[in-house]
Amino acid sequence: MNEQANEVREAIEHAIAENEVILFMKGTPNAPACGFSARTVAALQSLGARFAAVDVLVDPRIRQELSALSQWPTIPQLFVRGEFVGGCDIVTEMLATGELAQLLGTEPPAAAPEEPAIASGTLQIENRL
Amino acid sequence: MPDAADIKSRIEAAIPGARAEVEDWTGGGDHFRARVTAPAFAGLSLIEQHRLVYDVFGEEIGGPIHALSLTTHSE
Repeated sequence: MNEQANEVREAIEHAIAENEVILFMKGTPNAPACGFSARTVAALQSLGARFAAVDVLVDPRIRQELSALSQWPTIPQLFVRGEFVGGCDIVTEMLATGELAQLLGTEPPAAAPEEPAIASGTLQIENRL
Repeated sequence: MPDAADIKSRIEAAIPGARAEVEDWTGGGDHFRARVTAPAFAGLSLIEQHRLVYDVFGEEIGGPIHALSLTTHSE
C-alpha cells in the first residue's frame, strides 16, 4: 500500500471512529447519485436518525480503500458505532424487522418519531380524527 | 457480460445446496436482483450470508455486474 492510499484509509477509519452513525454513499443525502444510496438515506431518515454522510464519488480512492477495509464490494455502506452494518439490502431488511430502529436507538416508523419532522415546527396540525 | 441465467448457475454451483432466482432488474444487463436459499446460510449473520454470495463474483461486482441486490434465506 502506498502512502497516499494509507492517508485515505486513515481518514476513513477516523471518520468511522468519530461518527456514531456514518453512511458512505454515492452523492449526498439531499442529492443521492444512485437509487441504492437514496433508499438507504430514506431508511435512516424515516427513523429520524442523525447520521454523517461521505460521498465516495468525490475521490475514487475512497471507495477502493473503504471496500478493502470492510471487505464489502458495493456502495452504500452503513457503520454504526464503528461496526459495519451492511448495504442497502441489509439496511432495508433491518428497517422492516425493526432491528435498525433498535440499533439506532430510535422508535420504529409506526410510532411517533422522537425528533419531529422539519415541517411540524412551522405547521401546527391538530388531529381531530 | 454475465446474464441472469449465468449468475443463477454460478451461485448454485458455488454455494452447496443453494437455489437462486435471479432477475435482470432494469433490463440493462448490469443491475440484478437475486433471492438465494441455501442451508449454508444457517447460523450466519446477514452480512456473512451476503458476503458468501458476493464472493462468488469477486471483482465483477461493481464492474460488469454494477449491482446485485440480495435477499438470502437458510431454508
